[in-house]
Amino acid sequence: MKRVFIPNRGEIAVRIVGACRELGLECVVGCSDVDRDGLAAREADRAVVIGPGPASSSYLRDDVIVQAALGTRCDAIHPGYGFLSENPRLAARAAEHGVTFVGPPAGVMMLAGDKLRAREQADAAGVPVLPGHEIAAAEEASDIGYPLLIKAAGGGGGRGIKLAGDEAELRALLSLARSEAGAAFGDDRVYIERFIAAARHVEVQIAADEHGSVIHLGERDCSVQRRYQKVVEESPAPSLAPATRTAIRDAAVTLARAIGYRNLGTVEFIVDAASEEFFFLEVNCRIQVEHPVTEAVTGLDLVALQLRIAEGQVLGIAQHEVAFDGHAIECRLTAEDVAHGFRPTPGTLSLFAIPERSGVRVDTHCHPGAVVPPYYDSLLAKLIGHGPDRDGAIEALLDVLEDVDVEGVETNRALLVSVLGHPDFRRATVTTDWLERAFA
Amino acid sequence: MALSDDDIREILRIVDESELAELRIDTEGFSLHVLKGGSGGALAQPPAATRPSSAPPEPPTAPPQSNGAVTIDAPMLGTFYRAQEPGAPPFVEPGADVEPDTIVCIIEVMKMMNSIPAGVSGVVTDVLAENADLVEYGAPLFRVKPR
Repeated sequence: MKRVFIPNRGEIAVRIVGACRELGLECVVGCSDVDRDGLAAREADRAVVIGPGPASSSYLRDDVIVQAALGTRCDAIHPGYGFLSENPRLAARAAEHGVTFVGPPAGVMMLAGDKLRAREQADAAGVPVLPGHEIAAAEEASDIGYPLLIKAAGGGGGRGIKLAGDEAELRALLSLARSEAGAAFGDDRVYIERFIAAARHVEVQIAADEHGSVIHLGERDCSVQRRYQKVVEESPAPSLAPATRTAIRDAAVTLARAIGYRNLGTVEFIVDAASEEFFFLEVNCRIQVEHPVTEAVTGLDLVALQLRIAEGQVLGIAQHEVAFDGHAIECRLTAEDVAHGFRPTPGTLSLFAIPERSGVRVDTHCHPGAVVPPYYDSLLAKLIGHGPDRDGAIEALLDVLEDVDVEGVETNRALLVSVLGHPDFRRATVTTDWLERAFA
Repeated sequence: MALSDDDIREILRIVDESELAELRIDTEGFSLHVLKGGSGGALAQPPAATRPSSAPPEPPTAPPQSNGAVTIDAPMLGTFYRAQEPGAPPFVEPGADVEPDTIVCIIEVMKMMNSIPAGVSGVVTDVLAENADLVEYGAPLFRVKPR
């Protein structure tokens, strides 16, 4: 592997360029024309414009991306997160043309993308799953009990989930859920799962090489969410009993082995806050937005690890050698108008200043004068606080957030300060419904 | 009517969030045509080459330069071919007359041969890209003196 194609944008493209530099690899960023002056495009060895602003004409074009990788003589594609990062078509097309895809094989992505099949595999591997099954008619739900969640088999990432309180609601929502799933994912199968009202979102980072080694790199708690989108993440997960922590990590490794997982991935679980029972949610076949909290506590470079595994190298680290140091928390600074329903606020950053502080890492593609285009997600920067303990990480973040200065677009800075300073967050009693209740 | 970049972005955002597939505004001294989805469904379709692609977009034609020349820009990233097949004469040479629907080159994306129309009437003065090279979206391919 000599040259890596990066068909992505924003902070993750900058992050991958950095990892390539670290490993002595050349890199080419494939960007849309509105991102041609972006930081990743400028820092890469070369940038090519793969299409116009709308992602459907640029970052979502697997044919154009592979053509661009071949045309710039890249021998690998690192997809980052979002866009086509979990799309088996890109992985398969890259493989077809002899280009290494940095991620699991297309077959594993297809399995993970089919949430029903993934559930079955988890169940077969002895990993707990929520009571649930595919459903065509409302009468078929009597064995699960209410309330329950309706999910799309082709969905994932929290998209298209509906809550039904009783059979009448289920009946009313079912055909809508099916047609929405068909339109959004090209697959109208839906399934139901028991709903846990007070739940924590806990996910385990796994790493698997091509030679049979599978390890975990600890877990992350991502319970601070709004509409299933994560806002604050941390590692390790606070207030998990030691036995639960061990069991959840082991379950992730067991599942990764069972499905022949390769490269880095994340196994997501829902944890019942009352009973601490945990249940498999889904497997994510990409680097996660929140990977830096794992990097902070393990001292590993996860993107470099992805590239080395894709190259066929051995993991080079055994499970007992993975050490966890302190506590790390990430918060996502976004261009959103919190006061107006979290409306995205594209525009030009007339001012963008995040001070450098010890114990805080900042991953960003933003700078004064940078444009936040209307086409993509609203992430401006990730701030990762690392301290000897959870309070230390919180203090480090609050200290920096006080001095974050962004002008030109509205941001969620004040909300992040409120979350980190909130007594519930301080006590680590937060569940996935908390943010929307506490800041309604 | 003067529009800033921000105005354009705001219009694009509104169109993006709406159910509209197409928006056309025509007022005195100003016209705007926005098509959603990036493909030229309502625009003139060029004839197919070896294998037609579903909807080759209209090439973005740059505004006239000071000497009146315009460029025909790549409507997609791909491999630029000046001729139908190896050994065949180029679609156009400098001096050639082109009409908006004259095919000037092929851009290949994963074996899909996209015929690219000139999109402008005039005389080709320069060829700006090398045959068989990768061209980016928006890269200038030909310079044309419009009629």
